[in-house]
Amino acid sequence: MANKIVVDPVTRIEGHLRIEVQLEDGKISNAWSSSTAFRGIETILKGRDPRDAHHFTQRFCGVCTTVHSMASIRCVEDALKIQIPDNARLIRNLIMGIQNVQDHVIHFYHLHALDWVDIVSALSADPAATSKLANSVSEWPNSGAVYFKAIQDRIKAFVGTGKLGPFANAYWGHSAYRLPPEANLMAVAHYLEALEWQKDVIKIHAILGSKNPHPQTFLVGGMAIPVDPDSQNGINADKVALIGKLLKKARRFVEQVYIPDLLAIASFYKDWAGYGGGVGNFLTYGDFPSDNSNNPDSFWMPRGVILNKDISTVLPMDQEKITESVTHSWYTYSGGDDKGLHPYDGETNAKYTGPKPPYQFLDTDAKYSWVKAPRYEDQPMEVGPLARMVIAYAKGHPEVKQVVEFVLGKLGVGPEALFSTLGRTAARGIETLLFSRKNEEWLAQLVDNMGRGILEVHNGEKWDPSTWPKEARGFGFHEAPRGALGHWVRIENGVIANFQAVVPSTWNAGPRDAKGQIGPYEAALIGTPMANPEQPLEILRTIHSFDPCLACAVHVLDGKGREIVRVKAL
Amino acid sequence: MNEEPNQAPVSIPEETLQKWEARGVSRRDFMKFCTATAATLALPMSFIPRIAEAIDDARLPVIWVEYQSCSGDSEAFLRANQPTAADIILDIISLEYSEVVMAASGHQAEKSKHDAMEKYKGKYLLIVEGSIPTGEHGAYCTVGGESAVEGAKKLIANAAATITVGTCASFGGIPAAAPNPTGAVSVMELVPGAAVINLPGCPVNADNLTATIVHFVTFGKLPATDRLGRPKFAYGKRIHDNCERRGHFDAGQYAEAFGDPAHRQGHCLYKLGCKGPETFHNCPTVRYNEGTSWPIMAGHGCLGCSEPNFWDTMTPFYRRLPQVPGFGIEATADKIGLGIAAGTALAFGAHGVASAFRKGDDAASDHVKKEK
Repeated sequence: MANKIVVDPVTRIEGHLRIEVQLEDGKISNAWSSSTAFRGIETILKGRDPRDAHHFTQRFCGVCTTVHSMASIRCVEDALKIQIPDNARLIRNLIMGIQNVQDHVIHFYHLHALDWVDIVSALSADPAATSKLANSVSEWPNSGAVYFKAIQDRIKAFVGTGKLGPFANAYWGHSAYRLPPEANLMAVAHYLEALEWQKDVIKIHAILGSKNPHPQTFLVGGMAIPVDPDSQNGINADKVALIGKLLKKARRFVEQVYIPDLLAIASFYKDWAGYGGGVGNFLTYGDFPSDNSNNPDSFWMPRGVILNKDISTVLPMDQEKITESVTHSWYTYSGGDDKGLHPYDGETNAKYTGPKPPYQFLDTDAKYSWVKAPRYEDQPMEVGPLARMVIAYAKGHPEVKQVVEFVLGKLGVGPEALFSTLGRTAARGIETLLFSRKNEEWLAQLVDNMGRGILEVHNGEKWDPSTWPKEARGFGFHEAPRGALGHWVRIENGVIANFQAVVPSTWNAGPRDAKGQIGPYEAALIGTPMANPEQPLEILRTIHSFDPCLACAVHVLDGKGREIVRVKAL
Repeated sequence: MNEEPNQAPVSIPEETLQKWEARGVSRRDFMKFCTATAATLALPMSFIPRIAEAIDDARLPVIWVEYQSCSGDSEAFLRANQPTAADIILDIISLEYSEVVMAASGHQAEKSKHDAMEKYKGKYLLIVEGSIPTGEHGAYCTVGGESAVEGAKKLIANAAATITVGTCASFGGIPAAAPNPTGAVSVMELVPGAAVINLPGCPVNADNLTATIVHFVTFGKLPATDRLGRPKFAYGKRIHDNCERRGHFDAGQYAEAFGDPAHRQGHCLYKLGCKGPETFHNCPTVRYNEGTSWPIMAGHGCLGCSEPNFWDTMTPFYRRLPQVPGFGIEATADKIGLGIAAGTALAFGAHGVASAFRKGDDAASDHVKKEK
């Protein structure tokens, strides 16, 4: 165990993630990804009203809030064969679109940037030179020397208090930081600007859905926010104007700050196009329908599977081919732990066999995580922005192709560079730009509907449980910021009989399977050099490039916890 | 028009204003923040200088931990406006540990937590997000190999006070919903008798959190609470009593289906399952995302998310409440704490409800005084 390094907690993520790696000759030779917490929401869902499921599942995660609502609503609509009104489709696309934009920007600046940006170095930057740098990469107006000096003074005053708060005990001065002081100062200024920006643009969720995090507006069959130009209690001209203004603000920041910063920072870290490749298999469910046909061909983001980085062939995706393995996860299956199960038949028997806390190391030869290991035709798959961009690019998606080629051209690298830590981080930026533009189209379409007197937001034909079949099952999907998200529901006699979620971070953070095949996080870490084993900066770079979301990833259990009397709803 | 803050009815010492300007906070913003905080806390304007003075002192050390959480409350904090999250982190508190924002990971992060606990023993403010699972010897949630149970007990014992953010840390929340598979408990259940203030809500309202922090910094103690440990300034009134749609309720005007003309015109959501009549929270006045909206304003009923066990007692969410306060029953916060959404809904006509309520409004049964 001499060379085993443990990173726990991995911070600047959602949830509880633990990484253990083996180091040989200064390089990572083996890696294990473990989640160390769960809650059991799927078990809690059993026996409840399927129309309530989305409120519960939304609480899988408060960072990528809304995404589980979307998948849950869709699995119930799929089970009950409900067609939603066109306005509901557009409002959903808008909510999801701005979620992708805001979440990706927060990830870049507040969760990922400090892996590449040295705050302490920013203190020695020349504000005038920083201004020159900023003007050379962007037209963003906050770029004067006085502006950067004020930011620097604020950070200096903060450091001067001797209380570094969240920036204490970090990796400042680490040899793997490579930006000049001026680029660091520019990034720190944008870290603070992005913090202001994110709370403004996400007001779109409040307008369309009451609040963020955890909007309260989705309904099985549509949406709860009324659309009516003649009412002050719904989406009217005034609200449309406000949403439009916020969408413009969102797009401008992405175009003039995020993308230029991404390109500027990436140009100093091109060697990271050679690390963090992962499993090389990619999966998307596709999403953002352009009509109400439920036909995947109508999805703006396409559906598909790519194996072994082969972008010449995009295979069709069939959800029936998905299984989850628990060989190395703290669960048992009645038919044996070496056989995967499809989510419709998923079992929920939690069995913790790890060390009793407090512990130093996990027994990684046995079961070692609360995350299951999902597989597609027995193969581990990576999901997320990189999967979406690679599959769309391979399919010749014109908007995606154009931006991918622009970014690759700017960095002077070929498409093979996408399969890396740097590629994953770049893909997130690329799709943020695409979403920030697409959102305005969806709003325009909503306005067009309103102008033509189309006000319907909810299809209530099957709202009453008495209209439901005795038994039904459905698959709901969504391309969430972190990737392909699937919910599977079985409804019996008006209540939930089984509910399973296979979420993006389950795919990416999952442990080994029955065959010993490693998961995407684990595969991506192997081969990465570490300058200082005491300071796991390189591990954080690759793990953060996936944007981990662990509260989402852990689910399904049937523990022996305290039983409380349930007030039975009649 | 010249609106210099020092012309406001109360004055803040010039020296304090200058100090904040040096930190990049304008006089106007600083004054606005102090005023907004006093308003949220329902304090008279004369308290503004005291607030200003208190937050001018050395930054209060804060440790923010997450257990069985979704990080929704951390995200809510990032949406704070008066002051913003950046203002709070850089100027008001010293955020010693927060898994969502801190730069360090692993043992460096753990060191920050332990150092702060030792250095500021009995002086730091602890913020807990998420419930704590007691099953399987605490193995359902570990951080750095240590169980949440053990970690939380130590941190709570050494804190000056603990604020729970969100319903999970306050009352167990969703992990504790039936059948509570992990044995999840709230902070008060884990350490009975500790100095805890509960800020439930799913997620917590950022304004209530910043106001509670500033109250603590200003007065050195936690604000007055109700029976459930919730500050009265934020949870003292029933949503139904402050609801912007109350007039429609009293007039018997209800939305019957989502998207119907009454729903589009903003009529009462009671028949669509709204739990406002049984929920105590300041959503109607403070709202969310800088006062942009709140659930009822956006056309969806209240879920009762700041009440204990709401995942069990308020579900199914779209079933109308069987009885509402004022309808001939004694209804106080204490009674409502028992939670009684489930049961057979009374079938009554809109007119009947309206007239019964008009009577009920005058009855002394309602403990919240209404201003007419």
